Amino acid sequence: MITLRINGEELITSASPDTPLLYVLRNEFQLFAAKFGCGMGQCGSCAVLIDGEIRYSCLLPVAAIGTKSVRTVEGLSTMEGDLHPVQQAFMEENAAQCGYCTSGMMIATVALLEEIPQPEDEQIQAALKGQLCRCGSHPRVMKAVKRAIL
Amino acid sequence: MKDLLKSLPIEGRRSFVKQLGTLMVSFPLTSPILWPSYGPVQEEKLPRTLQRNPSLGAWLQVTEDNRVQVFTGKIELGQSIKTVIRQVAAEELSMEMEQVEVIMANTAMTPNEGYTAGSGSVKGSAIAVRYAAAFARMHLCSLAGNQWGLERKDVHLDNGTIFSKDKKRSISIANVLGGQQSEVEVTMPIELIPKRKYRFVGRPNVSYDIEQIVRGEPYFIQDLVFPQMLHARILRPPAPNWNGNIDVAKLKLLLPEGLELFVDGKMLAIVGADEYTVVKTHRRLDRELKWHSDEVSVTDRTLSEKMKEMSTEEVEVISPTVKEDLAGATFEGTFFKPYILHGAMGPACGVAKFDMDLLEVWTHSQGVFPFRAALASLFSMPAERIIVKGEAGAGCFGHSSADDAAADAAILAHAFRGRHVRVQWTRQQEHQWEAMGSAIKIDVKATLNDQGEIVTWESEVRTDSHSTRPNKDPGTLLSARYLSKPFYMKGKGYIRGGHRNAEPYYRIASNKLVAHHFQGPLRVSSLRSLGAFANVFAIETIIDKMSRYLGEHPIDFRTKRLDDERAIAVLERLKEQTINEKTAEREGLGYAFGRYKNTDGYCALATKLSVSVNGDVTLIKCWAVVDVGEVMNPLGLEMQVEGAILQACSWTLKESVTFEGNAVSCADWNAYPILRFGNVPDFDITILDQPQEQPLGGGELATPPTPASITNAIFDALGLRIYSLPVKIQSHP
Repeated sequence: MITLRINGEELITSASPDTPLLYVLRNEFQLFAAKFGCGMGQCGSCAVLIDGEIRYSCLLPVAAIGTKSVRTVEGLSTMEGDLHPVQQAFMEENAAQCGYCTSGMMIATVALLEEIPQPEDEQIQAALKGQLCRCGSHPRVMKAVKRAIL
Repeated sequence: MKDLLKSLPIEGRRSFVKQLGTLMVSFPLTSPILWPSYGPVQEEKLPRTLQRNPSLGAWLQVTEDNRVQVFTGKIELGQSIKTVIRQVAAEELSMEMEQVEVIMANTAMTPNEGYTAGSGSVKGSAIAVRYAAAFARMHLCSLAGNQWGLERKDVHLDNGTIFSKDKKRSISIANVLGGQQSEVEVTMPIELIPKRKYRFVGRPNVSYDIEQIVRGEPYFIQDLVFPQMLHARILRPPAPNWNGNIDVAKLKLLLPEGLELFVDGKMLAIVGADEYTVVKTHRRLDRELKWHSDEVSVTDRTLSEKMKEMSTEEVEVISPTVKEDLAGATFEGTFFKPYILHGAMGPACGVAKFDMDLLEVWTHSQGVFPFRAALASLFSMPAERIIVKGEAGAGCFGHSSADDAAADAAILAHAFRGRHVRVQWTRQQEHQWEAMGSAIKIDVKATLNDQGEIVTWESEVRTDSHSTRPNKDPGTLLSARYLSKPFYMKGKGYIRGGHRNAEPYYRIASNKLVAHHFQGPLRVSSLRSLGAFANVFAIETIIDKMSRYLGEHPIDFRTKRLDDERAIAVLERLKEQTINEKTAEREGLGYAFGRYKNTDGYCALATKLSVSVNGDVTLIKCWAVVDVGEVMNPLGLEMQVEGAILQACSWTLKESVTFEGNAVSCADWNAYPILRFGNVPDFDITILDQPQEQPLGGGELATPPTPASITNAIFDALGLRIYSLPVKIQSHP
């Protein structure tokens, strides 16, 4: 048994220690925001925050997390359901086409803004470089990040 | 206008849908609906899909809580079709948009609208819904008027309530139906809401599902969960003609307890309740299996030079009208576009359950009805015993692997009866097994006379099929080709897609177009804009050469040789937008134009970029001016245009499938890089709204002009002409 701290809750999993966090989030805890995109840490669809830093959950064994806190998109909004400013900005800017990459984009944005509250355009593009999108929602995502800064 | 009420049948009505308080609602009919066959075309025509499915109940129904559900045969894949359908339905029903729920493609619930493809969802489904919803408004008003002894013109509908003109009487739309759904047929004439009174249509609307997406709620097919669901991963060789060491007994020894191995011919699957155990075992067996093929043929390195000899049939699509050589100056080029992946961010997923002779399949297929026909043939079972339910998938931009993964699940569901089986393709499989966009090679030779008129234009297009979508031939499904009793695809699919837009839209005295079928090594199907991407690249490069030869501004050169005022209008607006743009050293500005399919939307495009001494291209800004006729959702259209340009920038600058024979070797995002943040240009999109014109579809029109706008900009920057994609510039000091 492994105890994980996910979105402020202590959750216990019986998954084998080598199981990547992504499978535990989705199949045991019904947290579906993080997506399976490649399983190789190449696309960013499965991004989560581990102690505030962006990590790809498809490659992260649950045994390696220890006491660090895991935050997923479900944990961005308040308990009352109020959206996080980054979620609000993505919604207002309609910063998604199909939406498959959107969770990862928002996680990368939260990680960026917690480190650099007023990033330049180049810093935004650099922070999102690991997040792939096939629909070409990039311009909308840029607008959303800038809206979240305001 | 005739009294609609009198035409209402009393019998045969069906009861209200019971709302379950969840996204999916139950449907009163447990067996699939049989749709009428095509009717005769009337002089006063309903939209085509409404003619095929004239029953009002096929398009919408009123729920007990006085909301409306609208059914579309199209599927949401990020193109925002649900948003547009909600807008037009709410408009014609005079309801708030939140009161309208859109239910998408499902063989047991929605009309058969074929494929979600070809930029046809707005002009097909949205227009059908517009007429159906308007008819429903008239019908509901007639019912209320009849109860009150009033003419229909003396009652009106406002957000779910029907009022008498004097406001003394009112009744909800649920109550006026008395708990029954009408079985009335939609007929002309229909009074549409005047466009000047629109509240929703033509205004920007965020996507229908955007809140669900930003909250990270379950939304995609990949997020479906059922009790006792089994997880599966597939194993098979790179192509059906490959062989391998399938030693079932030995493979079974490698299985952990509780897992099952499915084997039918060259299709194998690992099946079990715990997904990650299945994943690990799949990797183990994948290493164990060795596939080999004796076939040594073309590779990605030799493809371009071999396409001519590998081309077979030759068809003269357009014959020249002028035989003699009118030549002044001649302009030529041989253009090449490699195989390109759809590359959806979410690898294909499908779920199926077979129980009591009923097969249920959940899929992100673009055509639930044609896919059902393929399954019916594959399993020799009546289509009526198969329900295919459309679920949201990642953006795929053409015939994706969705059908194949769902067929995998359906095959396994037959072996594991009574259980939901979920098949998830891996990233490697998605890259290697999808039916990609075909390579294309184009030879163009064109001439200008002394007056600067284009007198001849000859092109030869060599390419493979541009659609092998599922139909009643089970060989259209990938899985079927690997079974012990295999089905191979009959026919070649949609060949003509290869020369889509090969005929220039410009005024030309004599055109000649020859199309060859190139029998390529890889599995191919439709990818956003089909052959138009490569054909417009070729045309607009030659046009750029001609304009430079004559020393005319690239936009003036085009407008002088176009007869279509709407085409001229998008180009002239683009000139206004870019006239003051200055380029520094190593920077360039390139133009291109295309009218999609030569019958649909117009797009004029300019790209500004810079090229480093190492040959790296940095995109600075893209300007697009588009005319798609009536615009339903300007925000959705703007996003489609931006997205199409960025995706085509990625194809143009970065993408090419690598392969050895019929085995794809680029199996992940490192081996097949795509455009990322860091090289995203600024955008300036202008929409020329034409509310009185027919909607023309906006999902693809910006794709074809993109490559030439880039390569013409590279020529502007360096004087270097690009003929072969993706763009590769050796260091160019």
